Amino acid sequence: MEKSPDLARRRLLGAVAAAPLLWPALGRAQPARPATRAIPSSGEAVPRVGLGSWITFNVGNDRVARDARAEVMRAFFLAGGRLIDSSPMYGSSQEVIGYALKKLGRPANLFAADKVWISDGAEGRAQIERSRRLWGIPRFDLVQVHNLLSWQAHLPTLFAMKAANQLRYVGITTSHGRRHDEMAQIMASQPIDFVQLSYNLFDREAEQRLLPLARERGIAVIVNRPFQQGALLRRLGRHPLPPWAAEIDCRSWAQFVLKFIISHPAVTCAIPATTRVDHVRENMGAATGRLPDQAMRARMAAWVDRR
Amino acid sequence: MSEWWTYGPRDLLMFSQQTYYRLFELYNLELWPLQILALGLGAAVLALGWRGGDRAGRAIAAILAVCWLWVAWGFHWQRYASINVAAGYFALAFVVQALLLLWLGAGRGRLTPLPATRLQQRAGLGLLLFALLLFPLMGPLLGRSWTQAEVFGMVPDPTALATLGVLLLAGGRPAWALFPIPVAWCLLSGTTLWAMESTDFAVVPFAALLAVLLAVGGALMKRSSR
Ligand SMILES: NC(=O)c1ccc[n+]([C@@H]2O[C@H](COP(=O)([O-])OP(=O)(O)OC[C@H]3O[C@@H](n4cnc5c(N)ncnc54)[C@H](OP(=O)(O)O)[C@@H]3O)[C@@H](O)[C@H]2O)c1
Repeated sequence: MEKSPDLARRRLLGAVAAAPLLWPALGRAQPARPATRAIPSSGEAVPRVGLGSWITFNVGNDRVARDARAEVMRAFFLAGGRLIDSSPMYGSSQEVIGYALKKLGRPANLFAADKVWISDGAEGRAQIERSRRLWGIPRFDLVQVHNLLSWQAHLPTLFAMKAANQLRYVGITTSHGRRHDEMAQIMASQPIDFVQLSYNLFDREAEQRLLPLARERGIAVIVNRPFQQGALLRRLGRHPLPPWAAEIDCRSWAQFVLKFIISHPAVTCAIPATTRVDHVRENMGAATGRLPDQAMRARMAAWVDRR
Repeated sequence: MSEWWTYGPRDLLMFSQQTYYRLFELYNLELWPLQILALGLGAAVLALGWRGGDRAGRAIAAILAVCWLWVAWGFHWQRYASINVAAGYFALAFVVQALLLLWLGAGRGRLTPLPATRLQQRAGLGLLLFALLLFPLMGPLLGRSWTQAEVFGMVPDPTALATLGVLLLAGGRPAWALFPIPVAWCLLSGTTLWAMESTDFAVVPFAALLAVLLAVGGALMKRSSR
């Protein structure tokens, strides 16, 4: 995967340097490794739960909050997490991720996913470069066109950067079920590696067209807003977890929701956002243990539809 | 933004309530005891407004302009911009308001305390007092920390409300051009607080709309009594 031996060496050294920080208590039991899924275009395996950063990581210059987010990232990496998603639209989030990576030491297997979000196609490269500096990393693994903004102009830039090894994967994003027609059109016509979209127990529209299309075209799928920014969990939290949730090793509604999402055959990973260490552990826990099969997925959806 | 009409304020809110109020806390701690000076300026505005007269009006305008400029720089540009991509525009609007205050208020004497009605005078002084004294207490009374208090001259909301209070006091011949920016700010601030589910979201927009109603009412009454 690595083209430049120098880069590979730096990454390795980074990982070695980071090890003591990431593992403060030697001999502490490592949590179960999260299940992974292969990115269709490369075969590379990524953990089925990642980490979002909208709102949660936009804490400005607040040192206390920055350190608290660094702890969330530490717990995420310790639980086997790799993929972190951000965007130039997220205020200080990229900078806060960069702060935490510097503080913790950048794990060698970090999967850095960011976006390009600017109307003027000619400004795309410069924006990606600014984002890269904020993260403090040699290059992004994935750059996505945020909300399809000026995708016609940005995609050629992203493909050129991929060819020049300045990034590894190209993607597009949407959310809240917006512009699925246009998404489908791009998925059918462009050689993209990733799509990012909203999909959850209450909003299963993507099952109709985009998820099957992603499978057919060999495109990896990142699911955003898995908890509808928390609203979905507040809604479910009014009910007790059904006892049969234990059959798929769910200990909370958050895990119930995540397991439903990531067990869809087309979904590569979900990217819940959180400000809390206990929540990031719980979310990563959704990628461990048993996952629902088709029958169980139908049961979960039916349970939600009855509420 | 594409399909912007499908986005509500809650979709656009890019920070949490906790982060928003921490901004005030860090700002207050860093600049303490500048708040005392700011409140001193506020007390001067109140005293001048009480005394009345052309020179008092010009002095009030100059003080308010300094406050709007400071909020543009010290709050919006230097701090709010770290969590809100739109804060640069807010800073610009606050500079424009400062310039308008200097031009219409300090230069052309359009802020001379001369209310059209007694109700307007009471409301103007009431709003000024509210912005100076009660507003900083509101957060702590609602359970937020003292260190997050929002002080006139330091942060936008009480500065905008106090300005509207002054405009009511000068309602005899209102300088309408001084209304839009404070009123727009108050509505925007209320929307932001509503989006972040802050309990007191209605206070600032309500006070601003009341000020506009009283100003318009006063102007109409004055016209009909002419
Ligand atoms: N167009 C786009 O490209 C697009 C659009 C939307 C989102 N995204 C991406 O997708 C990510 C996720 O979406 P989102 O941030 O909108 O919302 P989300 O992940 O659906 O929900 C985040 C909320 O859920 C709460 N939460 C997380 N884990 C929890 C747990 N285990 N138990 C209880 N509550 C929990 C968090 O609160 P706590 O802090 O208290 O845990 C937070 O308020 C974003 O951060 C962003 O990276 C992309």
